[in-house]
Amino acid sequence: MAGISLKGVRKNFGATEVIKGIDLDIEQGEFVVLVGPSGCGKSTLLNLIAGLETLSAGDILIGGRTVNDVPPRDRDIAMVFQSYALYPTKTVRDNITFGMETRGVPKAAQAAALKEFAGLLQIDHLLDRKPGQLSGGQRQRVAMGRALVRKPEVFLFDEPLSNLDAKLRIEMRTEIKKLHQRLGKTVVYVTHDQIEAMTLASRIAVMDEGHIRQLADPETVYEDPVDLFVAGFMGSPPMNMLAGRLVRDGGMAVLCDDGPSQIRFPLPDRIAGRVAGSEGRDVVLGLRPETIFAAGTQLPGPDRFLFERPVVVDEPTGPDTMIVFEIGGQDLIARVRPKDARPPGAPFRFEVEMDRAKLFDARTGLRL
Amino acid sequence: MKQASGIVRPKGWWQTLQRLFLFAVLGLFCIYYLVPLFVMVSTSLKSLAEIREGTLLAPPRAINGEAWAKAWSTACVGVRCNGLAPYFMNSVLMVVPAVLISTFLGALNGYALTKWRFRGADMIFALMLFGAFIPFQVILLPMARTLGELGLAGTIPGLVFVHTVYGLAFTTLFFRNFFIGVSDGIVQAAQIDGAGFFGIFFRIVLPMSIPAIVVTVIWQFTQIWNDFLFGIAFTVGESNPVTVALNNVVNTSTGVKEYNVDMAAAIIAALPTLAVYVLAGAWFVRGLSAGAVKG
Ligand SMILES: Nc1ncnc2c1ncn2[C@@H]1O[C@H](COP(=O)(O)OP(=O)(O)OP(=O)(O)O)[C@@H](O)[C@H]1O
Ligand SMILES: [Mg+2]
Repeated sequence: MAGISLKGVRKNFGATEVIKGIDLDIEQGEFVVLVGPSGCGKSTLLNLIAGLETLSAGDILIGGRTVNDVPPRDRDIAMVFQSYALYPTKTVRDNITFGMETRGVPKAAQAAALKEFAGLLQIDHLLDRKPGQLSGGQRQRVAMGRALVRKPEVFLFDEPLSNLDAKLRIEMRTEIKKLHQRLGKTVVYVTHDQIEAMTLASRIAVMDEGHIRQLADPETVYEDPVDLFVAGFMGSPPMNMLAGRLVRDGGMAVLCDDGPSQIRFPLPDRIAGRVAGSEGRDVVLGLRPETIFAAGTQLPGPDRFLFERPVVVDEPTGPDTMIVFEIGGQDLIARVRPKDARPPGAPFRFEVEMDRAKLFDARTGLRL
Repeated sequence: MKQASGIVRPKGWWQTLQRLFLFAVLGLFCIYYLVPLFVMVSTSLKSLAEIREGTLLAPPRAINGEAWAKAWSTACVGVRCNGLAPYFMNSVLMVVPAVLISTFLGALNGYALTKWRFRGADMIFALMLFGAFIPFQVILLPMARTLGELGLAGTIPGLVFVHTVYGLAFTTLFFRNFFIGVSDGIVQAAQIDGAGFFGIFFRIVLPMSIPAIVVTVIWQFTQIWNDFLFGIAFTVGESNPVTVALNNVVNTSTGVKEYNVDMAAAIIAALPTLAVYVLAGAWFVRGLSAGAVKG
């Protein structure tokens, strides 16, 4: 049984520091998803855990054992590479069984494992082909198969579903989740797909430039982001960010420039209490698209704020339509029911759930 | 003529003229290279009497295999008259192990230098590369000493040793440049799959490098088979390779100059390299455009 601990982990490539001190405790059986912008060090972190890169500083423990100097083959891990890294001269079958073969798994057990996962990944008809004769998505599934068959203590996945079509991706996502529930192994999973991150993770680690900005369960990361970066990174379409200033008249409110005039977003008591006495401070108001909708289309609640704006663009997505409008020259997105949508130019009455608004310090980016 | 495949080409009389010109030039060069070969073959098949008539470019009136038989088994090399056969065998005994060992070690070096990068790997490679530029003549004396110390002086194993050592610079260079284009991820995946240094080498990397192996083998075979200097410097009499023996056949004078025997002997000595080119030629070309061998 193996959890993973990273203690003060750093990695430089020459003069550039790529991982800048990461502490992370992953419990046995946990499913941790790493997200972050391209180049922030996710793959590097996986490579460090796998032992494919040497640490510059810090310690890595797997199952309570310090593995800083343990080679990859002795760490009891399996990994899906971002680049697949299939063996070009081996057939799909041999690609998948190679790891079991080197570890002396009996032939019968190999065949059984191969059959199980080839079926699950829908590649059973490809077993005799070479990787060069497969499509990108097929290669990716072979790479998955190669990692899954061994059933090690720790799985490392580097964007394992990035190349699949939408339907297959959802199917595979569900299979991964089922498999994780059945096997109960520790998983570290990198993805750029918001929904994948939200649905799979027991905790999400949001990375930026070699740091972990926030590590928490998906709901917390989504509803309680620690700073502007996390708030802006999680969610699709992204959170609307409105620059403004704290004012007091009656209750606390955020005053935003709106062309010639201004617009006041009143803050609910819960948030107002936290920023009482800091009038005049520059802040950023974060409003998720789904908290802005057509006025009167949802059950009434406390702390609603209504305003009217013309529609700039409407973008149907199927279940919802995104309405783009402007405040002070800045584009904002509202998520409305398709039947409430209006054509561009038409005036539109919006209702905002201020209760779910987030407030950030404009200077530090930290949540208030 | 209708074009069936390949890049679409422009048409018209000017293009046709250009092509004709191109083919004419190529044809000319072909003849330039092939005439000497033709003269060799036809001379080797003529009788001495016919050669004396001086019709150098004419084909033989009657095919006469005597010169070949003599060159192979009864021509005099120095004082012994057993033909080229024993020396041909010497060359085979020299070239096979030397090519195999130097190619294998080159592959291992290239693999270690690119996929298991260690401190100083670049330095070591630079030094090995330097070895490729050392002229043969420079190492003659030190190598003779070394062979003497090793008790290999004047023997075929000694010659194998020399060629292996001297060839390593080239084979390492070939394989390093091939492996540098092979994704590191494959080696990393194999490490996670539990394979070790040699496991990865034999089961993953070597099967991928067949084009590089073919190129290296052809190169090494040609170099070693055709070598004259090491052969004459480090072997004596009956351990001479075929190139040295050929020289001796030609220089051994028994009164008349037997041009047909000389030509037959020369062709015999050149035949193995020709055979290797023909057999592996397709691979050679493919290996040179090595980018195409991934995936
Ligand atoms: N071997 C290396 N030498 C130098 N710099 C490297 C090396 N490997 C990665 N980097 C740098 O480290 C940073 C992190 O790379 P990494 O591959 O971990 O990013 P990532 O988060 O996985 O990005 P992506 O989402 O695009 O896969 C990048 O800026 C990259 O340029
Ligand atoms: Mg990556």
